[in-house]
Amino acid sequence: MASKAPRHEMPCQDAVARAKNFNEVALGYPQEIAVEEAKRCIQCKKPKCVEGCPVGVEIPQFIKQIAEGNFLEAAQVIKRKNSLPAICGRVCPQETQCEAQCILGVKGEPVAIGRLERFAADYEMAHGTTKFTKPAPTGKKVAIIGAGPAGLTCAAELAREGHAVTVFEALHVAGGVLMYGIPEFRLPKAIVQKEINSLKDMGVEILVNQVVGKVTSVHELLENGYDAVFIGTGAGLPYFMNIPGENLNGVYSANEFLTRSNLMKAYNFPQYATPIKVGEQVAVLGGGNVAMDAARTALRLGAKDVYIVYRRSMKEMPARVEEVHHAQEEGIQFKILTNPIRINGDENGNVKSMTCLKYELGEPDASGRRRPIPIEGSEFDLPVQTVVVAIGQGPNPLVTTTTEGLALKKSGNILVDEKTLATSIPGVYAGGDIVTGAATVILAMGAGKTAAASINEYLKTK
Amino acid sequence: MYSIVKRRQLAESIVLLEVQAPAVAKKAKPGEFVIVRQKEDSERIPLTIMDFNPEKGTITIVIQEVGYSSALITRMQEGDAFLDFVGPLGQPTEIEKYGTVLCVGGGVGIAPVHPIARGLKEAGNKVISILGARSKDLLILEEEMRAVSDEVVITTDDGSYGIKGFVTHGIQAVLDRGEKVDAIWAIGPIVMMKSVANFTKPLGIKTIVSMNPIMVDGTGMCGACRLDVGGETKFACVDGPEFDGHKVNFDLAMKRAAFFRNEEALVYNNFKCQCAKEGK
Repeated sequence: MASKAPRHEMPCQDAVARAKNFNEVALGYPQEIAVEEAKRCIQCKKPKCVEGCPVGVEIPQFIKQIAEGNFLEAAQVIKRKNSLPAICGRVCPQETQCEAQCILGVKGEPVAIGRLERFAADYEMAHGTTKFTKPAPTGKKVAIIGAGPAGLTCAAELAREGHAVTVFEALHVAGGVLMYGIPEFRLPKAIVQKEINSLKDMGVEILVNQVVGKVTSVHELLENGYDAVFIGTGAGLPYFMNIPGENLNGVYSANEFLTRSNLMKAYNFPQYATPIKVGEQVAVLGGGNVAMDAARTALRLGAKDVYIVYRRSMKEMPARVEEVHHAQEEGIQFKILTNPIRINGDENGNVKSMTCLKYELGEPDASGRRRPIPIEGSEFDLPVQTVVVAIGQGPNPLVTTTTEGLALKKSGNILVDEKTLATSIPGVYAGGDIVTGAATVILAMGAGKTAAASINEYLKTK
Repeated sequence: MYSIVKRRQLAESIVLLEVQAPAVAKKAKPGEFVIVRQKEDSERIPLTIMDFNPEKGTITIVIQEVGYSSALITRMQEGDAFLDFVGPLGQPTEIEKYGTVLCVGGGVGIAPVHPIARGLKEAGNKVISILGARSKDLLILEEEMRAVSDEVVITTDDGSYGIKGFVTHGIQAVLDRGEKVDAIWAIGPIVMMKSVANFTKPLGIKTIVSMNPIMVDGTGMCGACRLDVGGETKFACVDGPEFDGHKVNFDLAMKRAAFFRNEEALVYNNFKCQCAKEGK
């Protein structure tokens, strides 16, 4: 049976070479490998994989098209449910979603669904997209706040229904975390912009440089002719550790570090005027995907030793296995069961070292993970000149604090009806990180999709 | 969009630009700022607002050439346009009737003081403005400040105009003649704001300063602009830019402002060499 064939690896740039450039690490399947991998799919009658997908992509159907060599058709099948497949194929945690459900994974290895999605999407980009036929306009207008994964997905879904959609983006380009957060070597920015262009072709209007909460407000949008509003402003307020020395020169939030490099292209300094500075030794605090991105970026910017400093063990690390693996291959050093208590500076206010404590794991805590306990007398100094704090982000206050009547959770995130994503204000919906706290691209996209369906229903009553 | 409708050279290397930005102009309030990006490879830089005109749909900014990005902007001409112009950002000034207020501006810092002084005057305060510059030819916006103040006191470092000395000497002069001052706004170089705050602290006069640290997005997302205010970390972009001057850790702010000094010098020198080669 075809399913006995082993899962096909995806070619990658050599680890030594890629640690010095910003080109994409994973190179994608060549056609023949994609077809071979697609043939591994046994086309389950009741596909479990689809249940694992937050946006419900018709996985067996698109894989069948690839197996039969109909690559454009494969992309079209995906796009019925997912507006940004080239992005999801690259950054979705498939191993905990669709691929975790794959029946082949029970005894062997699951079908490489993510790699196949990427293949189909890339093929379509390279070989001409199919024209989108615009539906009849409904005459209804929807404002979307934030052009990140949640907002863009919501916009695409609503445009498909014939609503006039305008996206308000605070930064100077659309894409949100796809542009400022995820590095070029993991998600090329040209790919993101191509996906966004295909939304524009669908009739979605994107206005950049629009800080909602300042230049306009949710209530003003409703007063000015928008029938509904979706808030997808993301997790845009970095957390710090609140330890001494955090305002020394050389301490960045991961958001700042990655925004300088990705959005402002500081890795091209001085061709691009925005600077970024890394020392020979860099510590990145945290164990999530953002921490991996920051560490691998630091390495590419010329750091000699880059440490991931994480207070639990490898097992508890929230980053994707593939990201951790790539980071290890490139030479990132993992200092696990370690946590800083103080950052030390020189007389000019520049970071020179970080004082840390060693930890051991105790009983499971509220998160179900074993609680890290500091080991007495284990204090040591780690010489570093740069510290990147990647321990998460809270909700950005610009929209939430300027929208009268918008109910918030204690955390400051927006309170919504879990099924419809409706907020406390009629006609206003919210989804993505601004509701859940920092999570993944695909969960935000799932929320954008759910909200779009609710907005569509709501608009029928108007 | 964002094109320059008026350009005025205020002093050597200091330029006033009136920029078409109707949506920003409609919402701007004293104390707020904008973030501009001149072209694709430019930095995003924060600039305080000198004036706003909702009817004309313009925002006026004043910028001094101190590095590469500001050099590019001061060379822009009428008709040229910014690629990005975002705002209004930050918390507006708390305009209310305090009584007698001093509006202290040093150097290019006089520009953001202008709308604050006007707002305070419109709110019924007696506004005494103290304008400081290194010398007479570097003093900017004197007329505009006279138009929104009850009185203007000038200080110059070299004594070429007004009182010889710093803005603190101007404050001293006003206090010496028995004026009861209820609040002070002081905007200018960090050292100036620090010395004003140090001067007024023992006198117990409420002193507001406007901080202009390194920023990237200006919307609270990156935290580059963090300051120590009364032992707490604050983001200048969303918590400020105005803070209680008696609580700001100016020494830390000065060190943080210098973080990219070498990189800034590199691009600025490259630019000046390029200009010299092209004979500009």
